[in-house]
Amino acid sequence: MGTAYTPGLTVSPGTTIRKTRRLPLKGRVTVELGQRVTARTVVARTEIPGVMQTIKVAEMLGLDPGEAVAALKVGKGDSLEPGQVIAESRSFFGLFKSEVKSPFAGTVELISNTTGHVGVRMPSTPVEVTAYIDGTVAEIIPEEGVVVEAYGALVQGIFGVGGERSGTLVVPAQSPEAQLTEELVWDKHAGAVLVGGAGITLGALKKAAAVGAAGIVVGAIADTDLIDYLGHDIGVAITGQEDIPTTVILTEGFGTIRMAQRTFDLLKSLEGRQVSINGATQIRAGVIRPEVIAPLEARPEAAGPPSKGQVLEIGSSIRIIREPYFGALGTVTKLPPEPVEIESGATVRVLEAQLADDSSVRVPRANVEIIEG
Amino acid sequence: MSEITSILATDCGSTTTKAILIEKRGDEYRLIVRGEAPTTVEAPFDDVTVGVINAVREVEELAGKRILDADGRIIRPLRADGSGVDVYLSTSSAGGGLQMTVAGVVKAMSAESAERAALGAGAIIIDVIAVDDGRKDYEKVKRIRELRPDMILMSGGTDGGTVKHLVEIAEMLVSADPKPRLGVGLALPVIYAGNKDAREGVKEILGDRVDLRIVDNLRPTLDRENLDPAREAIHELFLQHVMQQAPGYGKLSSWVSSGIMSTPNAVGKIIQTVAEERGINVLAVDIGGATTDVFSVFNKVYNRTVSANLGMSYSICNVLAEAGTANIARWAPFQVDETSLRNSLRNKMVRPTTIPQTMRDLRIEQSVAREALRLAFEHHKTLARSLKGVQTVRTIGEILDQKETGETLVDMMSLDMIVGSGGVLSHAPRRAEAAYMMLDAYQPEGVTMLAVDSIFMMPQLGVLSTVHPQAAAQVFDRDCLIKLGSVIAPVGRIKPGELACTVEMGGECHRVSFGELRLVPLGVGETARATVKPSGKMDVGAGRGKEINVEVEGGAVGVMIDCRGRPLVLPDEAGARIAKLREWHEALGLAVE
Repeated sequence: MGTAYTPGLTVSPGTTIRKTRRLPLKGRVTVELGQRVTARTVVARTEIPGVMQTIKVAEMLGLDPGEAVAALKVGKGDSLEPGQVIAESRSFFGLFKSEVKSPFAGTVELISNTTGHVGVRMPSTPVEVTAYIDGTVAEIIPEEGVVVEAYGALVQGIFGVGGERSGTLVVPAQSPEAQLTEELVWDKHAGAVLVGGAGITLGALKKAAAVGAAGIVVGAIADTDLIDYLGHDIGVAITGQEDIPTTVILTEGFGTIRMAQRTFDLLKSLEGRQVSINGATQIRAGVIRPEVIAPLEARPEAAGPPSKGQVLEIGSSIRIIREPYFGALGTVTKLPPEPVEIESGATVRVLEAQLADDSSVRVPRANVEIIEG
Repeated sequence: MSEITSILATDCGSTTTKAILIEKRGDEYRLIVRGEAPTTVEAPFDDVTVGVINAVREVEELAGKRILDADGRIIRPLRADGSGVDVYLSTSSAGGGLQMTVAGVVKAMSAESAERAALGAGAIIIDVIAVDDGRKDYEKVKRIRELRPDMILMSGGTDGGTVKHLVEIAEMLVSADPKPRLGVGLALPVIYAGNKDAREGVKEILGDRVDLRIVDNLRPTLDRENLDPAREAIHELFLQHVMQQAPGYGKLSSWVSSGIMSTPNAVGKIIQTVAEERGINVLAVDIGGATTDVFSVFNKVYNRTVSANLGMSYSICNVLAEAGTANIARWAPFQVDETSLRNSLRNKMVRPTTIPQTMRDLRIEQSVAREALRLAFEHHKTLARSLKGVQTVRTIGEILDQKETGETLVDMMSLDMIVGSGGVLSHAPRRAEAAYMMLDAYQPEGVTMLAVDSIFMMPQLGVLSTVHPQAAAQVFDRDCLIKLGSVIAPVGRIKPGELACTVEMGGECHRVSFGELRLVPLGVGETARATVKPSGKMDVGAGRGKEINVEVEGGAVGVMIDCRGRPLVLPDEAGARIAKLREWHEALGLAVE
């Protein structure tokens, strides 16, 4: 296919960002069209019905299911308080009384003649969805949520863990090749989003979590360090639900990989700003990549040159994303149309590129990504 | 209906939609061209038919024939000017495929039968719930609630058996109040295939809270499974519910000549057709980026399993987690640094479309594939088994052999053919690499044919086999299946270097030592009679040391005599292991790095 290359990730100083904020179940939208919202504004609310608990009345009273139903003191739809008697039976000429009390509050939803069980639905749990980014309500999805729109900087990462968070962007790393080490993480970074360079040590990651940093954005991490931090292995690339104090976003991959200069420079320019981040990643159809969003107050008059789009052509800036040149940056010099046999023996479409050190290489088109801008 | 001469079939996969055009040329049906385009189930398209049209446009260009009208609809039937097709069919696994939760009373009995029914119907099982699965009720309720399956299959109790447990499962479902994955506000389809005496009780509890379908018990007695009614109900609900809710499928359903089939269900159909028509036992595998499906037919019993988290890209790190670094590295014919292996597999996971450029990288990827294939096969063996809990009259011999009910049906010695498909096998740069991966992962015994699916068109041929079996069979034989060659593999272990077997074929005598892998040239379509004489402690199917006379077939690789022993054990010491691996690579004409 002509598009046999990996589209690059967005790294943009100014773009329109739209975020759909949806409830898991139908509910109520709490904002209006055109309303200004902040990341923490609640935009929709619902209640998730509680779990139904089964009270095994027949077994508890030692009765047949039919007898148990006859012994009930409550009916379908009745509200229950904790400790309320729901069934009562008398035995031995009425001398001994046995009763079943509800251990919790709820509503009787089910009475089964087959089992003699009573199902009590527990109270609902409120669920709220926030705007996640500072912006404007651009669309209302009736009973489900909204679309929030903002103009701002957007950096997509390649992989992340941890969910939505917001904080002030701080760049302790001096350069895109620097390692984020323990000494660079301070108590004052509580609530901050820290930017590193080519990697982060396990000590720095643990310290960031301990001081309560909201997030880390870094070029790469050793896979074993990430597993250590998470406390479990990652089998499939579907993340975002991890129970971790600090969200981690990788911009390049695993190992030690210099953060792309453009990404580093953009993040550096955003230092001190309030950003929204999300580590959620899903690398399947309907790809979700982790992101850093910094809404800007106003759309600038000149918003910089428009993106050239994701077209692979002679002169395109690329990064090689597979061995033996993993991480190398270059410029496309040739795009031979015919498939070519490569070292592995496969016959594939390739490109030729000049690397930063002036060497010339030939790589499969599938193994490069375009660097925008 | 007039004679069918032109057939279009598409398979909407999770990433790519593939279209094939089959036409009758002379007396036989042949594949004419194949086109593909990215699947468009997700935003910004949210309509599967966009990808279908794009793939069909490629077919139009390559075949030089018009198939779509001005409105982008498939022209049917074939017109006098040659435009259009007689039949259009489709399969689909896009948008996550068919995701099901199954429930039963006893985990090893009714729940397992329900699992087999759902898997055979092409589903991905996201949870198996059983009364005795060791979890607390509230844990199960929480799980049902979180998963949001497309449908639930409920089973349990032999006819006339337990009622109470089934009503309790129904109560649990009501408690969880599960919502379907697709279609906000719609009732979740639930198929009840349990004890017929519990139907009323279950109906009373579930009522109209779910979209309840009742079918015959899938395990009416302990010693009998009746999976077809449940499988048919799953297929029907897949068409009526899942396919109608997925983006653009309503439109696609109105285009096809016969119902859209789930991709694995279709692959299962073609495998069963082949096994039945040729009277053979078949094992087939489809190793993808995210999942690995295994299909088998042994003594006419069909089984399918899916290892949802074993694959070569999205799920590659799960292969790493399940197999471990050492098990992957053991197949590489060179020293592997553990840290760089781990990081490089992670990088493949986050950039799944990249391909190995160097030979070394290819060998690593093929090492991962061996483990993914092996693990998925182990999983298959545990589910493809005889019914558990059946009282059987056992002979003294069986008692002494410790034979039990619930044994796997997979018998490698009686297996006639292994068909591999999926990128790592079908698109291996050299066919010998595909054969070698399957030899290591499956370790066939006796005499077995190895083959690969050339361009993964088994799904389209599966759905075609339901409307035109002859066309499906002809294209399968002539254009789909690429035979690699027969494998002769004696079972047993003797000292390395001792004579393991002698194979006389084509006027030559091949004396092969234990620990050796030898390739004997025999081309595509060529056959030869072979007399295989194993040494005293080795067995090729007739018993230890007993000779067999069989017909072997050549192929893209040739006849492989695998005397490395069964089970295959690699030397523990790294140097010796690497030396052996290099020797075997060379035997198959493969470079090491």
